[in-house]
Amino acid sequence: MIEDRTFKGRIFALVNYFLLTIIALITVLPFVHVVAGSFTTSAELAAKRFILIPTEWSFDAYRFIFSTNTIFKAMGVSVGVTLFGTLFSMLITSLMAYGLARRDLDGRKYIMFLVVFTMLFSGGLIPSFLVVKEMGLIDSYLALIIPSTISAFNLIILKNFFQNIPEGLEESAKIDGSSDFGILFRIVLPLSMPAIATLSLFYAVTYWNTYLNAIMYLNDSKMWPIQVLLRQIVVLASGMEFSSDLDATVPPPEQTVKMAVIVVATLPILCVYPFLQKHFAKGAMLGSIKG
Amino acid sequence: MQEALAKQAPASRLKSELSRRIWRNKWLYIMIAPGILYFIIFKYIPMFGLVIAFQDFKPFFGFTGSEWVGFKHFERLFTEPDFLNILSNTLILFAMNLFFYFPIPIILALMLNEVRINFFKRLFQSLVYLPHFLSWVIIVSISFVMLTMDGGIINELLVYFGFEKVNFLLSNAWFRPIYIIQVIWREAGWGTIIYLAAIASIDPQLYEAARMDGASRMRQVWHITLPAIRSVIIVLLILKIGDVLELGFEHVYLLLNSMNREVAEIIDTYVYTAGLRQGQFSYSTAIGFFKSLVGLILVMFANYLAKKMGEEGVY
Repeated sequence: MIEDRTFKGRIFALVNYFLLTIIALITVLPFVHVVAGSFTTSAELAAKRFILIPTEWSFDAYRFIFSTNTIFKAMGVSVGVTLFGTLFSMLITSLMAYGLARRDLDGRKYIMFLVVFTMLFSGGLIPSFLVVKEMGLIDSYLALIIPSTISAFNLIILKNFFQNIPEGLEESAKIDGSSDFGILFRIVLPLSMPAIATLSLFYAVTYWNTYLNAIMYLNDSKMWPIQVLLRQIVVLASGMEFSSDLDATVPPPEQTVKMAVIVVATLPILCVYPFLQKHFAKGAMLGSIKG
Repeated sequence: MQEALAKQAPASRLKSELSRRIWRNKWLYIMIAPGILYFIIFKYIPMFGLVIAFQDFKPFFGFTGSEWVGFKHFERLFTEPDFLNILSNTLILFAMNLFFYFPIPIILALMLNEVRINFFKRLFQSLVYLPHFLSWVIIVSISFVMLTMDGGIINELLVYFGFEKVNFLLSNAWFRPIYIIQVIWREAGWGTIIYLAAIASIDPQLYEAARMDGASRMRQVWHITLPAIRSVIIVLLILKIGDVLELGFEHVYLLLNSMNREVAEIIDTYVYTAGLRQGQFSYSTAIGFFKSLVGLILVMFANYLAKKMGEEGVY
């Protein structure tokens, strides 16, 4: 579209930019406030009404939360679950998506129906819990990964993406004697990098953010991932488990400590976000193509 | 005899052809096997597990050994005043989602579409997409840090401007506003992505022609952009309606406390508390069953309506 150069058009554009700027600010200011608050002293946080840039820098909050290994351990659990979970999910999802994308697979329509139906109807919380329990996964990190291996939504996106790869490429590979596995790993996957990147991010975010599965399946607080610990510290504000591990002679600067834990739990996502962000638009568009 | 054989021959040949095709594609079936196993174990077995809603399920006796009680738990469901309260809480949050959240991504996408400076557009998108990737724990934690009575920025500002402090987090009145603001904060930006994709696929010639005819900016939005994304809006609306009772367990559970339970307890949180904390497996499964069924019926109904109106629908 061409710029509207009438007076009314310019006023309209100006108001539009202004409103969007306000919306963007409202969205990010809470984060800025929390990050800034985590890097200052509690005295400054209490004295000032609004801090975006602290005048008095301090790492006390971080020194405090890293004075024991509680946070390190929880971060380690989350990183491990995220890495293994994402790899496992992507492997199983790609295999299934490729099979379903092949038009010569008998029964693919029925299988697709069974997949889509799980998006509309589910057995619910209790029966799912009982299944996981029967499999002996309670109090095992596998309980955070295996029950959420495949997202039907991600599977359908990937299947649609695979279907759009020209069939001729696969045909010629087959004539050259490639196996189905060979075609998937040597031809189809390398051609699908935008989709792989987007879906890996989706899975990784899900695993990093896992909370419900953790409180359902892990009874042992030593196994907690960072999200559960964060809730324990900030939302319950009890932090019993947490503060008992720490040196009781130093009273914690409470607000700043909460903020520091929030920052630590958010950091990994903020780190990968810029790299993967360029793929989003493409990834979401794939989702809108109907299967 | 001969005739019968002749009749059978094509059928059996078809059959052997099918098995030959299946044999040829055996590696494909091996590839999809782990995924199918996943869906069976973690999606379909729990669906059959819904039978415990008709039993007095005792974990010790299992599915087969527990006593069958018919519709006892469903009768309890509809006579218990507690449940009606929970159902209405759930429906109110759903209605708020539909009226306050659903239109916002559409409006944002339309506004963003008017932006001509690409750098501004990209920057705006990176900023407003971000909250979608943060967990509810983080979103709720940030809100708590800002809303708390002791030192939260919002209460400090209220005091600064001469108002009384408000106990946002432990109040019945503030639960719903806080809930919906958090939903908007986390999802509104991300929600635009699909509308933006739909808008991007509109033929620019349509706008040119409209401008030739002297159509203003607003008229172009009304007569070209909105009709063009109408089917996307309807599909997303159907999906939203199917999610009627899917309000995000984690989100509500994190906001829930003993002071706001009256308005904040929804079906999901109740199932969790009654089922896993108090061990009423069968009763809470009955509630979950009811919820899944309502969701399924609603999505089918919404889909039917959409098709009636000449739209494509979801399936």
